[in-house]
Amino acid sequence: MDDGLNWVVREWGDGFEAAAYPLLALLKAIEDLLIATPWWLIIVILVGIAWLASRRWQLPALVLGALLFLGVMDLWKDAMATMALMLAATLTAIVLSIPTGVWMSRSARVRQTITPLLDLMQTLPSFVYLIPSVMIFGPGKIPALIATIVYAAPPLVRLTDLGLRSVDPAVMEASRAFGTNPRQRLLGVQIPLALPTILAGINQTTMMALSMVVIASMIGAGGLGYQVLQGIGRLEVSRGLFAGLGIVALAIIFDRTTQAFGRRLQGRIGLVETRT
Amino acid sequence: MTDTSENAITIRGVTKIFGDDPQTALAMLRDGKSKAEVQAETGQVVGLDAVSLDIARGQIFVVMGLSGSGKSTLIRHVNRLIEPTAGDIFVGGENVLAMSAEELRAFRRKSVAMVFQKFGLLPHRSVIDNVAYGLEVRGVGRRERREAAAKWIETVGLAGYEDARPRQLSGGQQQRVGLARALALDTDIVLMDEAFSALDPLIRSGMQDQLLELQKTLNKTILFITHDFDEALKIGNRIAVLKDGSVQQVGKPEDIVLRPANEHIEEFVRDVNKARAIHVRSIMETGETELCEQAVSMDARCEDVLPLFADHKWVGVLDQSGQQIGRVTARQVIGALARHG
Repeated sequence: MDDGLNWVVREWGDGFEAAAYPLLALLKAIEDLLIATPWWLIIVILVGIAWLASRRWQLPALVLGALLFLGVMDLWKDAMATMALMLAATLTAIVLSIPTGVWMSRSARVRQTITPLLDLMQTLPSFVYLIPSVMIFGPGKIPALIATIVYAAPPLVRLTDLGLRSVDPAVMEASRAFGTNPRQRLLGVQIPLALPTILAGINQTTMMALSMVVIASMIGAGGLGYQVLQGIGRLEVSRGLFAGLGIVALAIIFDRTTQAFGRRLQGRIGLVETRT
Repeated sequence: MTDTSENAITIRGVTKIFGDDPQTALAMLRDGKSKAEVQAETGQVVGLDAVSLDIARGQIFVVMGLSGSGKSTLIRHVNRLIEPTAGDIFVGGENVLAMSAEELRAFRRKSVAMVFQKFGLLPHRSVIDNVAYGLEVRGVGRRERREAAAKWIETVGLAGYEDARPRQLSGGQQQRVGLARALALDTDIVLMDEAFSALDPLIRSGMQDQLLELQKTLNKTILFITHDFDEALKIGNRIAVLKDGSVQQVGKPEDIVLRPANEHIEEFVRDVNKARAIHVRSIMETGETELCEQAVSMDARCEDVLPLFADHKWVGVLDQSGQQIGRVTARQVIGALARHG
């Protein structure tokens, strides 16, 4: 098996690298953008998004606090690198997972095939696939990004599938009775009604992507995870601790903001406050 | 072959078997086995057993049955939300079962509208966009469909609620939205699946009156499903009683009340308000009669004439032109009410 992998790396390594190039380009673009953007503008944007999501002052204040913490601790640049990795992984996961979830929701056979694959992606220790991907792509951002996607995509696939399938069958039947085709039902009924569930999946994906940053930094992802690793390696407790807290700060920003969006959406389509 | 062009809806020998091996069960049914026997031997559930109905244009045809009788399954065959195991269905002379998927969608968009027991409204859309939904699917432009929707919202008495979300409305109001959504399509046929069953009795009665009032001007063919015999008698021009997936009796409301075909129907009739079910014209004395001081129209029911007997011995019955076509006495009315008491 090892020989087989070596052969794959020898023969196709360049091909894989070329195939993964768009991913790298995406990551680079996001990272460059985040670093080139002045810090105050990023704060304004993230606080603004938080306000749009919640329409209250608490969440924007929390986001502002978390971002100021990153700045004060001199972790800003690392935080942006980590954020870029997370955003690139999440965007790629969304592009791949939502169509997969749609496909699963339509066919029991597809679901039976893909579910064990998702289980595998979530339970297989990430080092197991980190090694071959490092062998193929070499250490650096691409294997880190791929490992993060593999780990972070499954919840979104699952929740997309679940959300689409749990749309009220009475509403689906009514839509069918009015002569809609499957595409009209998907776009006009299923996806709008499943959106809160799908958003919960995106939330999970961002959280899992962040939880991978330390492992990803072992193979050259840089960012906050690298600071944590250095802290461990040099026994600098404070460096590891503050970088770790920086990861938590990012997690809080994205978790709370996406959750607030989900709640607003649920309110809009009447899934909360229903009179039973 | 029966002539199907006269009827709005013709259902011929429709059988529906739920399960993974319907053909075996179908063969057993045709050999004369009962629903229970088929289920015991094969595990297949018989939903409908050789149902045939002729539904004429412009009438309210009620299919009445208890839960599990197959009535909701039956109505879903008309627009093929459910595929039959065997049988034929014609709507307006067209063979519904021969349609391709695309033809079927066009048929649903243009020829049949449906109202559901659980409303089936889209929770993420406003009332007006819900009412306009069918027109939107049909491809009508935004402005035109919203105008039509606004008109129907007003007709069903929900003006002012255009921008509300369905969840902000009460059950009765939500079903008015469902009704407006179906009527906005302006189809000849409206299917109503237990449309009023989820509503409170008072609201339900109001909705029934509203439907009858609307029907006077619309003259649509309405296939109405209900488990409530009183409701069937009140709104039906004709009633079919369904039990265990097969038709027990089809007829006018008073046919069923006065001449129940079997014990099962008699059980329903026993608890029903017969004074409301029986038209005076079906029990009146006909022929040459002297003009009565007090008269009612030929659509009157026994409950309408009962109070008149306090002051009059005879009550005349008039046709549409005001000509007296017969007369009734209190004795005849009481006799009709008591016969099946």
